[in-house]
Amino acid sequence: MALIKCGGASFEFDLRLVLKDINFEVLQGDYICIVGDNGSGKTTLLKGLLKIKRPCKGEIVFGDGLELSDIGYLPQSAIVQKDFPASVNEVVLSGRLNSRGLMPFYRKIDREIADENMELLSVINLKRKCFRELSGGQQQRVLLARALCAAKRLLVLDEPVAGLDPLALNELYKIIKDINEKKGIAVVMVSHDIKNAVRDASRILQVQTRQVFWGKAQDYINSYEGKRLMQVLKDENGGVNV
Amino acid sequence: MFDVFIEMFSYAFIVRAVIVGFLVSLCACLLGVSLVLKRYSMIGDGLSHVGFGSLAIATAMNLAPLTLSIPVVVLAAFLLLNVSQNSKIKGDAFVALLSTSSVAIGVLVISVTTGLNTDVCNYLFGSILAMSKSDVYLSVTLSVIVFVLFVIFYNKIFAVTFDEVFAQATGIRAKFYNMLIAILTAIAIVLGMRMMGALLISSLIIFPALTSMRIFKTFKSVVISSAIISIFCFMIGIVISYLYATPTGASIVVINLILFFIFWIFSHFFRRGL
Ligand SMILES: Nc1ncnc2c1ncn2[C@@H]1O[C@H](COP(=O)(O)OP(=O)(O)OP(=O)(O)O)[C@@H](O)[C@H]1O
Ligand SMILES: [Mg+2]
Repeated sequence: MALIKCGGASFEFDLRLVLKDINFEVLQGDYICIVGDNGSGKTTLLKGLLKIKRPCKGEIVFGDGLELSDIGYLPQSAIVQKDFPASVNEVVLSGRLNSRGLMPFYRKIDREIADENMELLSVINLKRKCFRELSGGQQQRVLLARALCAAKRLLVLDEPVAGLDPLALNELYKIIKDINEKKGIAVVMVSHDIKNAVRDASRILQVQTRQVFWGKAQDYINSYEGKRLMQVLKDENGGVNV
Repeated sequence: MFDVFIEMFSYAFIVRAVIVGFLVSLCACLLGVSLVLKRYSMIGDGLSHVGFGSLAIATAMNLAPLTLSIPVVVLAAFLLLNVSQNSKIKGDAFVALLSTSSVAIGVLVISVTTGLNTDVCNYLFGSILAMSKSDVYLSVTLSVIVFVLFVIFYNKIFAVTFDEVFAQATGIRAKFYNMLIAILTAIAIVLGMRMMGALLISSLIIFPALTSMRIFKTFKSVVISSAIISIFCFMIGIVISYLYATPTGASIVVINLILFFIFWIFSHFFRRGL
């Protein structure tokens, strides 16, 4: 049974339809990449999956006993105020909160898991630093560590590589793939980085207000849309190399 | 200094005021950290005006002031929070609407019934003499409850204050905790209003947090420092008000203001030093 089944879901803002009739499902251990142009509705779709935004038509149902508290989430742009006093440690630990249920305080295991994830994303040395004083890329990694802390069965990432340097970018893809394969945590990722997405993901969903493509990553490469995007990338790279 | 304390504490009404003030200052500033960071400072101000209106009505109807005010202000908190979350209606405009209406109704009720007497003045500017024994028991009980709930939900309050969307997406009931913060704030405001007055109570909420944020950079340190600052300012304020017969609420606010400037200057000095 699917973790999440999205059946004909449509979303609107102020009566303007931004996503129409989306059908796909997230299976246990899946690695799904959602692609599409700016403003095509990717972030909106993720918010729908996370029940932050309700579909105006159709339905999104959790199956297989999935709960919101099994999910880790990286927002596209966390609206963190400039003057918010919070240490990296406090931010990452807050990802463990959904495992605590009604228990008020963190246990030792939570701190260990937070430390592990900070180490994984090489921000452990920033542990005591103030979150707002980090660079954009560093903040992104901290929020990723928080997402990993929260993810038990599903990891939802909205443009996780935005703002990362090339080295960190490759490392991050490796980390995500590892988590997906070794821990069996399903991944749903929005990305503009088609090349890497196609390499790692098992399935691709392309949206452009409506659903353009849904299927295996391999089939996507051979599809018209996939070919078109890959061609654009190749041309760009060619231009740079010459 | 020590003699002054002993002298002060020989008056039962001051002991009562100190106990209640201590607890209320603590609760108010803890909630203040979250309110300031969530940009909800205005809600605290709005609620205090609603509190004034309901106190006026309670007096006119000869009801115990706290027993009427607490449910009314909690209800107003409920309303304000839900409206400010709905971006279609401007939250700040609604706060202004609600607070001025409450004051207007309060003033009308007062003028029709008792007239503008010292009681009314006390509602506006606060007085430590205004507290009866039953008020003290209720205040102590409620502020202990507020404090305990804050400690129990500390981590969740951090989570919904820092990133509400993430909290909600990962299964934390953000709406519930927002509501909890609002309700606790409402209670703290009503309790503090007798001492500070409707016009000054919101400073008890926002000042310590703002002062701490000049220097401290983690949530925990800001919370702890706010608590210390709030209690410190309260104690100094009440001693000054005793020694020089100044209004308690205003004295506490001025001490808070001075401390804010000290922290502010210190933070500049500190930054340059680094
Ligand atoms: N809060 C909002 N209010 C009104 N319209 C919105 C809101 N958020 C998004 N939209 C609209 O919904 C559409 C889809 O937005 P969405 O953020 O889902 O795009 P996206 O695919 O994530 O884009 P990007 O690649 O830039 O992140 C856009 O046309 C946008 O204008
Ligand atoms: Mg987006």
